[in-house]
Amino acid sequence: MSGLAPALSDTSALCMIFILLVPLAGAGLALINTGLGRSRSAAQLMMSSLCVVSIAALTYFVCGFAFQGLPNQASHWLTIGGKPWSWLSDGYLFLHHVPLDGSPASLAALLGMLSAGLAALIPLGAGAERWRLGACSISTVVLAGWTYPLFAHWVWGGGWLAQLGSNYGLGQGFIDSAGASTIQGVGGLSALAIAWILGPRRGKYTNDGMPSAIPGHNAVLVLFGCVLALAGWWGLNSSCAILFNGAETGVAVRVAINTLVSAASAALAAALVTNTRFGKPDASLTANGWIGGLAASSGACALIQPLAAALIGAIAGVLVMFAVEWLELHMSVDDPGGSISAHAMGGLWGVLSVGIFARLPAVNRSTEASTPHPGQWLAQLVGIATLIGFVLPLTYCLNWLLNRAYRQRVSTEGEQQGVDLYELGAGAYPEFVTHSEEFMDR
Amino acid sequence: MKILGLVLLVSGWAIVLTSVALLMEDVPRAAFVLAGLGVEIVGLVLLVRAHPVHRSERE
Repeated sequence: MSGLAPALSDTSALCMIFILLVPLAGAGLALINTGLGRSRSAAQLMMSSLCVVSIAALTYFVCGFAFQGLPNQASHWLTIGGKPWSWLSDGYLFLHHVPLDGSPASLAALLGMLSAGLAALIPLGAGAERWRLGACSISTVVLAGWTYPLFAHWVWGGGWLAQLGSNYGLGQGFIDSAGASTIQGVGGLSALAIAWILGPRRGKYTNDGMPSAIPGHNAVLVLFGCVLALAGWWGLNSSCAILFNGAETGVAVRVAINTLVSAASAALAAALVTNTRFGKPDASLTANGWIGGLAASSGACALIQPLAAALIGAIAGVLVMFAVEWLELHMSVDDPGGSISAHAMGGLWGVLSVGIFARLPAVNRSTEASTPHPGQWLAQLVGIATLIGFVLPLTYCLNWLLNRAYRQRVSTEGEQQGVDLYELGAGAYPEFVTHSEEFMDR
Repeated sequence: MKILGLVLLVSGWAIVLTSVALLMEDVPRAAFVLAGLGVEIVGLVLLVRAHPVHRSERE
């Protein structure tokens, strides 16, 4: 070899740094899910998180990126009403023909591998303490290999949702700055499907259908996970804004401020409301509010002012708090990690907030004055309808079929014993287990 | 009821897609998109009701 390797452009280098922060979001979510579960399931949940992230990255490498693709790449089309609807990319498997040299395609592939893992981590919170390791691994193959790339193509790969603007005059087409729909929405609705298929934990509901409180085992893990997640979200929101919205690198500052402001407003709103309602602030609901604020911030983080981000976050915090209660009390959905409320509700609200608050041309695409686009809110509603009317039934049916072939829920014995001992043969905190032989004469 | 809920979810989405593809006027298109979302919400309610807490999973 002669000489130095050619330097990456400033934008690519900065984007690469942002992408390398994204695993912190996954670590944060794993810690939150683990802390909100019982100690007898902690090791299995962390092990599942690692397996899920690994499987998602490999599956996305094998076929996910080929299905997602990038705008202006070859894709499969349907012609409806004389307009082309791109529904699936026609890329190569195993990242063939992707120049791995800091090009936007290579950065999008790396970000996609991590984003698919992040989306796949979300259902773990809803299925905690009763979802078998093998089952969640197979379910991740389906999510990272098909559901996530398919929807991501529609939004970020030049698919029909992104084309709603050019084809039908709906604003600038469906816009998702950083994964409020593709990551949070898809992951959150998959979590709902999983929670329904698995059913609630044993002992969660009494015979008359009333829920019992099963507190998490470690609030420290949960709150530390929130801080880690913030760092990860900074990377996620900034890199997505640059790669998929064409934002200038300087917009990363705006994105970071909006992300922090949204999460902080959401957490404080949740803490204030729980304090008002219950007399004391609730740590787990505040943490869920924080994550809900982060999820909501992903929708419009590059396209709004910080004041709008504060409002979006505050609304997300209150929405998430009431959603947790509504799911548990009225829908009999047992979601130990609050994943459905924080990610699905936060993400859907984040998608809608683009249509309400975003000033689109201010940061990308055109030189027009910064004004709201008429029809943008309708494009966002079409995206939400697609998540609820297509992604949820799809992920439900696929996981239902999987459940028929390979039971997803751990056996009664395993649940009573704790999935740590049942599936792994060892607990997360073995020194806390008292062994009778330690006190016997030797 | 579970299947009906799923069918309604997909039907609501189909109404939304059809209205986007076929209607050109803003007001009718918006009305049909909202109607499609309404159908999806009905499907969601049916799905919720189809998933009661199973007795075997209670205490």
